[in-house]
Amino acid sequence: MDEDYDVIVLGTGLTECILSGLLSVDGQKVLHIDRNDYYGGESASLNLTQLYKKFKDTAPPSELGRDRDYAIDLIPKFILASGELTKILVHTDVTRYLEFKQIAGSFVLRDKTVSKVPSTEYEAVRSSLMGLFEKRRARNFFLFIQNYRDDDPSTHSGIDLDSHPMQAVYNKFGLEAGTQDFIGHAMALYLDDSYKQKPARETYERILLYTSSMARYGKSPYIYPLYGLGELPQAFARLSAIYGGTYMLDKPIDEVVLDENGKFTGVRSGDETVRAKKVIGDPSYFMSSTEQPHPRVKEVGKVVRAICLLKHPIPNTDNSDSAQLIIPQNQVGRKNDIYIAAVSSSHNVCAKDVYVAIVSTVVETSAPEAELLSAYKLLGPIHDKFVSVNPLYEPTGSGEEDNIFISRSFDATSHFETVVDDVKDIWKRVTQKDLILEKKTEPEINENQL
Amino acid sequence: MSENQKPVQVKLVLLGEAAVGKSSVVLRFVQNDFQEYKEPTIGAAFLTQKCRLEDKVIKFEIWDTAGQERFRSLAPMYYRNALSAVVVYDITSSSSFDKAKSWVKELQRQASPNVIIALVGNKLDLVEKSEENEDYLDDVASFDQNAVSEPSQTHSRAISRDEAQAYAEESNLLFFETSAKTSEGVVEVFTEIAKKIPHEQILNSTKSRAQDQSQQNNVSLNSTENQPKQVGDNCAC
Ligand SMILES: Cc1cc2nc3c(=O)[nH]c(=O)nc-3n(C[C@H](O)[C@H](O)[C@H](O)COP(=O)(O)OP(=O)(O)OC[C@H]3O[C@@H](n4cnc5c(N)ncnc54)[C@H](O)[C@@H]3O)c2cc1C
Ligand SMILES: Nc1nc2c(ncn2[C@@H]2O[C@H](COP(=O)(O)OP(=O)(O)O)[C@@H](O)[C@H]2O)c(=O)[nH]1
Ligand SMILES: [Mg+2]
Repeated sequence: MDEDYDVIVLGTGLTECILSGLLSVDGQKVLHIDRNDYYGGESASLNLTQLYKKFKDTAPPSELGRDRDYAIDLIPKFILASGELTKILVHTDVTRYLEFKQIAGSFVLRDKTVSKVPSTEYEAVRSSLMGLFEKRRARNFFLFIQNYRDDDPSTHSGIDLDSHPMQAVYNKFGLEAGTQDFIGHAMALYLDDSYKQKPARETYERILLYTSSMARYGKSPYIYPLYGLGELPQAFARLSAIYGGTYMLDKPIDEVVLDENGKFTGVRSGDETVRAKKVIGDPSYFMSSTEQPHPRVKEVGKVVRAICLLKHPIPNTDNSDSAQLIIPQNQVGRKNDIYIAAVSSSHNVCAKDVYVAIVSTVVETSAPEAELLSAYKLLGPIHDKFVSVNPLYEPTGSGEEDNIFISRSFDATSHFETVVDDVKDIWKRVTQKDLILEKKTEPEINENQL
Repeated sequence: MSENQKPVQVKLVLLGEAAVGKSSVVLRFVQNDFQEYKEPTIGAAFLTQKCRLEDKVIKFEIWDTAGQERFRSLAPMYYRNALSAVVVYDITSSSSFDKAKSWVKELQRQASPNVIIALVGNKLDLVEKSEENEDYLDDVASFDQNAVSEPSQTHSRAISRDEAQAYAEESNLLFFETSAKTSEGVVEVFTEIAKKIPHEQILNSTKSRAQDQSQQNNVSLNSTENQPKQVGDNCAC
């Protein structure tokens, strides 16, 4: 550890690993450290032993099968097929280390029944989500969204996406509250209803992202990596290493070292200090237990997550091997949606006939787990359950003055779009340039024959 | 084209202490090239090489460590689905042989149970040369500044062929001594591994995988067949 680096990256969560990979490809000298002896930090996937140790401090029961068959995600998220993470995966070519599967279906709770979010026009027409007249109104709304062109006022139906709030657009098409819930929560994937008062543009873009993701592979808008989400940071770490990044796991960080002006100079582990120009890291590396509140990091909310092991698919999801189930807040008298994300052995994340369903929501009360009860009811018998309440942190500073760039915690959304927003934002602050995702030139692959 | 001429794709991973010559052995195998004072290769840690035997064609997909072995930071992904592994040590360094043994253990723990492992003692040219010419001197110290262990200054053999052979036999490993520099023994490592690959079994399992229900929802992010359909006149939901 006696060299100088351009950037030290602390923590091997997905955000950090993507940045590490992109920076190494960009030619920067990167040292990447994790205090754990495994990759992934908060976004790791754990085997059974690690899972039971972390949550229950016991050994796993033997009836669940072999340790190595398990990769249980700590953060429940799926990848939107046409989203920004997919672009980064393709752009960086890390797709060669990964295999993906479609998530079999997306479902939504409406009036106490679980319904499939239609994935084809046929399904939409037959869907019980709306009555006949409402379907006509919804159809007009979707035609407006599809046909809208910024430069052609005749497609605008008198709506200005940048000034009219979304609520005004719903009203214009006369959509019922339930349909608004469906569009805003099951398609635009908003967690609460504050979007209705904001300009309609963002909702419009989210609906387009959802429908183009849905159109890409056909069953749901989501894809998922075999062996779990923990594969993603590992793949980007390998990218970083291939381009010269140095990796150290199992290395505790004792101090972030500053100069007399409070600017970052290096990190200390035991009696070794490594110097670098800049540091990027997840919030946990910048919270000392002595300073309260933490000067560099603030809490902005909490998410409760319950990892549930089931011995059956989620009821009323057509026996799907995987699913997203959204419980819009209005349906259960809350401010924030509850999500259920389910995967199974066909994603190589658990033993055969086991299903992993993660229930999560933004905490609203002082009894977080009780907030998940309406979701538990939809799951049927729960074989075992691992509950955690996770504070969401974000940095207090931009890093401009002290060269310390801190990522945000993984939020309650069902996908990685906000993670990529954070990556782009940190990239810009660290490198002073925009992240441009054009497909890079073909990497060096040798095709030889003996 | 007969059934057996279809190349079977086989993932092969390299393991061993830093600077024992893993990348050099593969470079010799894949490009028949050797670079004396080479920088760690940047950007090329994924190579493919076909190996044609009498009765079958094996396409090795070779994963290099990308330096992640230096601080024992190889990810589980690295071992995942590896059907074969080449564990390299430097015959002039006994610590690299100890490391090789611990990598073999790690493989037995992490990799698939029937992974084919070849133990390779590299830098054979160093001891052969010094046996021919007592005055032979080379700036070995500059081989790799990042080397974790001290490179041998004397070029004398630290691990006898018999000792390594005995260990390989008791652990059920293939065993070779090589020189990436002179190319001695390098091709044999890969052809012997290729011979041991259960070709039929892989072909059959790929076939049944393709028919397997659970494979149905697999997607390829790069392939053209899965390109986004026109969104415009197609109802997406
Ligand atoms: C729950 C739900 C979700 C939807 N999600 C989407 C979406 O993601 N993207 C999207 O583009 N559209 C969506 N729609 C709208 C719907 O599927 C539209 O019908 C479709 O976009 C119109 O396509 P088209 O112009 O090819 O139909 P056309 O070819 O114009 O219609 C074919 C025929 O079917 C009839 N028809 C069409 N839709 C309906 C209907 N809903 N009810 C009764 N009769 C009908 C028409 O009157 C016409 O006779 C959704 C509708 C519902 C109810
Ligand atoms: N004399 C000699 N040097 C070798 C041989 N193989 C590799 N080297 C040198 O050893 C150093 C480390 O090799 P490298 O392939 O980078 O090792 P790796 O870290 O295990 O991938 C380089 O300077 C090589 O030139 C060999 O067979 N003989
Ligand atoms: Mg190497």
